[in-house]
Amino acid sequence: MLWFTIPDVQHVLRNMNIMIEIFNLEFMRNAFMAGIMLSPVLAVVSFFVVLRRLSFVGVGVAHSAFGGIALGFFLGISPILTAIVFAIAVSNAIGYIGRHGKLSADTAIGIFFAFAMALGVVFIGMSDQYNVDLFGYLFGNILAITSKDLIIIALLGGFVLISIFLLFKELLFVSFDREVALVSGMPVAFLDHFFLTILAMSVVISMKIIGIILVSALLVIPGAAASQITDRYIPMIAIAIGVALISTVGGLLISYYADLASGATIVILSSVIFFILFIVGRFRA
Amino acid sequence: MKEHKTDIGNKKAVYAELQNVWVSYYNKWVLKSICLKCYQGEILGIVGPNGSGKSTLLKVILGLVRPQKGVAQLFGHMPDKHNRLEVGYLPQISKADRSFPVTALDVVLMGLYNRIGFFKRPGSKSREVAMEMLREINMADHAEKPFGMLSGGQQQRVHIARALASKPKLLVLDEPSTGVDSVAQEDFYELLAKFRDEMNISVIMVSHDIGVITAHADRIACLNLEIHYHGEPDSCFEPEIMQKVYGKNLNVMVHDSRCATCFKKHEHND
Repeated sequence: MLWFTIPDVQHVLRNMNIMIEIFNLEFMRNAFMAGIMLSPVLAVVSFFVVLRRLSFVGVGVAHSAFGGIALGFFLGISPILTAIVFAIAVSNAIGYIGRHGKLSADTAIGIFFAFAMALGVVFIGMSDQYNVDLFGYLFGNILAITSKDLIIIALLGGFVLISIFLLFKELLFVSFDREVALVSGMPVAFLDHFFLTILAMSVVISMKIIGIILVSALLVIPGAAASQITDRYIPMIAIAIGVALISTVGGLLISYYADLASGATIVILSSVIFFILFIVGRFRA
Repeated sequence: MKEHKTDIGNKKAVYAELQNVWVSYYNKWVLKSICLKCYQGEILGIVGPNGSGKSTLLKVILGLVRPQKGVAQLFGHMPDKHNRLEVGYLPQISKADRSFPVTALDVVLMGLYNRIGFFKRPGSKSREVAMEMLREINMADHAEKPFGMLSGGQQQRVHIARALASKPKLLVLDEPSTGVDSVAQEDFYELLAKFRDEMNISVIMVSHDIGVITAHADRIACLNLEIHYHGEPDSCFEPEIMQKVYGKNLNVMVHDSRCATCFKKHEHND
């Protein structure tokens, strides 16, 4: 399965050599580095999002980050910081209500989603400065990625990847069958909240390049696309990483040359890959 | 209802016991005054209609639900995450996650995860143990097949291999006949009896399927919020017990391995 993706990546890399001039631009270098670092993070998280059917949680958490961003602008502190706190709080609240309340997690998401967005609108209204950056957070802005952002992506993305690597078999087991995992002594509640936390982190670090509105797509598509053509988990993760890399790197290139929004281009490219793999999967079966 | 003492009961260790257990959800009793014992080396069947509290009863035995009144004991202690490790749990076979990307061997390996411990991967030794379990259930040829591609009966056997991989003393089965065809069911219950005899484990299974339970359990309990009968399988067919458990308009048809000629019991009380 791996050799399916390697030539594609090489192809993209060859094209990148021809188009070397865009690397003279610092913001493009930053955008590519961000995309390459984010791809494995989003791919691995999407693997579990698909298995655990959490795609709507991804949407909810991503939108709730908007409230955090707006709060950061209002308080005049780093919006990334407030967004992380906000997103982690909301994702864990969704998980908590899903387990303890009389409501389904689905309903909890519907509530927090709207609540956090509304808070965001109010915070924006209350802050005196009109901020152009806000649009960039909603839809992604490759011009906005600073070297400080790269460090944040590397640190948090690294944390997400390493912790998933260390807890992989436990997360797999809980995704496979919660009840069985619980009786087998897995710390199910801890693993749930842990996963929701790293999901929130992944959303926030992807926000600047893909945007709040669209990032949830990359929390689903790589894993979903990979699941179409394999039924083993290691190839599935490898293919998901390939899909995410092609989407982000390819999407950034297309968006640069065609002068399109980066986040939207990345998401459209990943969706196209999904449909191709979906058809390939039908033919295989 | 009084406890029916049996021969096995007086000699063997009690693995699971409920003493006057009451459980309520949202101010409604779902289990009332439940007394139940499961001894070492026996298959205890719990039968009752949907909504009779069967799943709750299993959760109380496993310590996942705490009773409001009464005492639950597992291997002589309050059930918790430590003695729960000596229990193998078999879920209902569902067709929902057919695409889950694991092989049969991966699923059996899951049974060993708590012994492998955090932050470690299953090594070749664990794989050998898992393969051995698959051989026990005649599924070694299917080790590398995607779990979702197996039939319901095969999935159930893989689950039993997973549950037994950690060498439990007690197996707990939720609706073992759901999603499994009748031929595979026969094989499955033979396998259960084999493990009961060879490993001296106990089995508690709950089902709404009275035919299956009575054919394969050593003792049975009939449950409908309360226990209406607790003893040898055959006497559970007493009309008054059946009526208490399943209600008035009951039409029980039983086809099991002991059927010489099929029989049918009618009760019309209206």
